Amino acid sequence: MALKTKTSTRIGVTILGWGIALWLFFPIFWMILTSFKSEVQAISTPPKLFFMPTLSSYAEVFERANYWHFALNTVIVSVGATAIAIALAVPAAYSMAFMPSKRTRGTLLWMLSTRMLPPVGVLVPIYILARNTHLLDTCTGLAIVDMLTNLPIIVWMLYTFFREVPAPILEAGRMDGATRWQEMTLVLLPLALPGIASTALLSLILCWNEAFWSLNLTSSHAAPLTAFIASFSSPEGLFFGKLSAASTLAVAPILVFGWISQKQLVRGLTFGAVK
Amino acid sequence: MATVELKNLRKTYLTEEIIKGISLSIEEREFVVFVGPSGCGKSTLLRMIAGLEDITSGDLLIDGQRVNDVEPGKRGLAMVFQSYALYPHMNVYKNMEFGLKLSGMPEAERRTKIEHVARTLQLEPYLNHKPGQLSGGQRQRVAIGRAIVRNPKVFLFDEPLSNLDAALRGQMRVELSALHRKLGATTIYVTHDQVEAMTMADKIVVLQKGVVEQIGSPLELYHHPRNLFVARFIGSPPMNFFSAIFQGGDAAGSSVQLRDGSNLYVPVTSPGLLPGTKVTVGIRPEHVELASSGPNSGGVEVIERLGAITLVHVRMPDGEIIVVQTDGAVLTDVDTRVSLTLPPRNCHLFAPDGLAFEACHRHPLAA
Repeated sequence: MALKTKTSTRIGVTILGWGIALWLFFPIFWMILTSFKSEVQAISTPPKLFFMPTLSSYAEVFERANYWHFALNTVIVSVGATAIAIALAVPAAYSMAFMPSKRTRGTLLWMLSTRMLPPVGVLVPIYILARNTHLLDTCTGLAIVDMLTNLPIIVWMLYTFFREVPAPILEAGRMDGATRWQEMTLVLLPLALPGIASTALLSLILCWNEAFWSLNLTSSHAAPLTAFIASFSSPEGLFFGKLSAASTLAVAPILVFGWISQKQLVRGLTFGAVK
Repeated sequence: MATVELKNLRKTYLTEEIIKGISLSIEEREFVVFVGPSGCGKSTLLRMIAGLEDITSGDLLIDGQRVNDVEPGKRGLAMVFQSYALYPHMNVYKNMEFGLKLSGMPEAERRTKIEHVARTLQLEPYLNHKPGQLSGGQRQRVAIGRAIVRNPKVFLFDEPLSNLDAALRGQMRVELSALHRKLGATTIYVTHDQVEAMTMADKIVVLQKGVVEQIGSPLELYHHPRNLFVARFIGSPPMNFFSAIFQGGDAAGSSVQLRDGSNLYVPVTSPGLLPGTKVTVGIRPEHVELASSGPNSGGVEVIERLGAITLVHVRMPDGEIIVVQTDGAVLTDVDTRVSLTLPPRNCHLFAPDGLAFEACHRHPLAA
């Protein structure tokens, strides 16, 4: 009896899981589907599930805009912002996790609270700062802003991962004659590598998808893929085929990358459980 | 090898004083055990010596050099942690090599040293294993090996055996004692286990609430506890206590009246104590003698038979329980009445402030 209930529960959970997964994936699926339709098919009602696929939208997208230029900007900005953020966050999280002071908790909460501010609230000051420092429409400028917006989350995540590392292991390193730097690089980092990898991956995804600052701080030279998509939602009317093709092209690399590193990501997020 | 000297060491966390002025000197090759209940500050004191905790005030000297502000790795110490604290991402060889590598020792020399230590500790078959693949006892050995290989002036052990099961703990205790004799290194060992303290130490430091209660050899603490706390803490099962009224004393002993009205003449001096003062009499379970009839009788409540010995819990008329350790083959049964004899030479007297009266004769083994 008990076994039977268990089996039916398991089937129920499986169905629910698939349902949620399909529901979440449906927009992406529909976007990819639409990108292979002609503009007429794309807006036809009722929508067609079966049709003759065409690459015409992709051809037009590539004709109208230099995809590689935008993609390269996105890669530079995401990788750059992530690298700087990790480099800054590792020592910060290390000191907060292993040498906490009275103010550690408050600092962490304050950092998180900066994420609660709507970005538009600081748009004008940041725009003026970027303009005065000649960082408007540069990859450097955008990377710095992306890095700063993600830094709180990255510090928080690393802090959580570092807390899982038993302090005596680091103390053993110190007894063995390691300097603080060696303790961090030779003992802590190898132990927290899965956590750092999944944090970096998350940062990469957040930077890749970041649209608000990209649209406001770049125009042509440093415009990333989010700006590339936006350029296809024109005021003269929506061309769903081309918009879908552009969007598919924009998300494809990070989607594939995320898929490949999925194992690492899950391992990192369940770091504490498998210690 | 080295000497360690603590001069009025203090440690304050925020506003609370954890270590309240500890002075102690540790001789070369000495095996010193810090013992006390949890929260007594023994681990904190060890970590202060190691350099893992700051010293708020006082001086710490190793070989006569003040090392308060010297980095842990430069104090010439090696520490074995309770959780072993091996580097999980390195194999046994690399775990032992880490400190040597940091100190800039050449590769060939490192290899010779590690192989030598691995042979001593029977770790040779495991040199390529990661700590996760080893049993608790093997991990413990690696942790000890990692300490030995650095050839430190002083070994620090922080409750190293408390994660092992009872059988392995007994075995490791013997191995550690043998190792200490072989290496002849100055050792500071923290434990809450009084059996470890009694069996391994040259000198025991009993701590309570950040204060030293007594420093002495194991048998000195056993035969001449300085106060009630040490008397209760050292010895298993713990010493029995009951109250009595001080009657008077001379150079050869002091007379007290027990609750049942009988008198006891204990060979301890009691200078300046007024007759009529309430004192505490203490006697260890192994020193109380059982008789089938006589004064001091009570009912047997519980009998614990451990094979070689028997522990008899006797409820006295005033409600107090007195534990008697006697022969394994004793025939006494629960609910029978027994009479207790208290040999005066084995009795301890404690003043109202908890301090023990000085014995007229020192025990020969506790000089």
